[in-house]
Amino acid sequence: MLIENKKTSNKIGGKEVNIKFNNQKNTLFVDLNGELDHHNAKRIREKIDSEFDENGYKNISINLKGLNFMDSSGIGLIMGRYKLVNELGGRLFLTNVNFRVNKILDMSGIHKLVDIYENNEDVLKHL
Amino acid sequence: MKDNTMKLEIPSKSQNEAFARVVVASFAAQLDPTIEEIADIKTAVSEAVTNAIIHGYESKIEKIIIECNIIDNRLEIIIEDFGVGISNIQAAREPFYTSRPELERSGMGFTVMETFMDSLEICSEENKGTKIKMVKEFNKPSFEE
Repeated sequence: MLIENKKTSNKIGGKEVNIKFNNQKNTLFVDLNGELDHHNAKRIREKIDSEFDENGYKNISINLKGLNFMDSSGIGLIMGRYKLVNELGGRLFLTNVNFRVNKILDMSGIHKLVDIYENNEDVLKHL
Repeated sequence: MKDNTMKLEIPSKSQNEAFARVVVASFAAQLDPTIEEIADIKTAVSEAVTNAIIHGYESKIEKIIIECNIIDNRLEIIIEDFGVGISNIQAAREPFYTSRPELERSGMGFTVMETFMDSLEICSEENKGTKIKMVKEFNKPSFEE
């Protein structure tokens, strides 16, 4: 079960990111909403990284269900988070990858680096 | 289809990335595009405007000009900045190339523009600026048979 982190679920500049955590599985669960472009990427990145550092997680799982736009800034963000967890021997998961987002992810070959699952429950099964 | 044109000038602020792609998508609506085509256009415009902001002007606030022309069933999008220019266009077009690795950029901007549009031309001169011209062709409505 995922527990909403009250402290960090305050929406920043709108609704780009909502962070949930799961202590048992040592994994930070992130829901991304709205539009992931260069303008929003910086704040999303800072939000994820500060939560990740502060609480010493090993893995990150990013849920893209609420995303209605993503450009190549999203690839940068995902690759950056991959490097972060990879250095610590952790894994990066993506869930709810829609057709549009997949089109961009395909170009980057990111599929080879991250584990893509249908939803959070599937991720938990593989941890 | 009647020909049409529009021109937009915006400062190179990152919040204008969303504004620019929505304006161009709205202009393109008169070509009766599919949802998929609109998404392609929005993504390509977002890439070009982001390049102007972070590479062209290196985060200084200067003007970006966006011009769109509809000629028959094709949409031309021209995005111009007057910034530092690109020293090696061939290298910049390569997937994963980034001149600023410290920014956590993927280096996929031009690849995305090329993939989502039917053509991409880059004109750039160092310390003068960069002009990107992208074209998307729309299927002509067919009334035959």
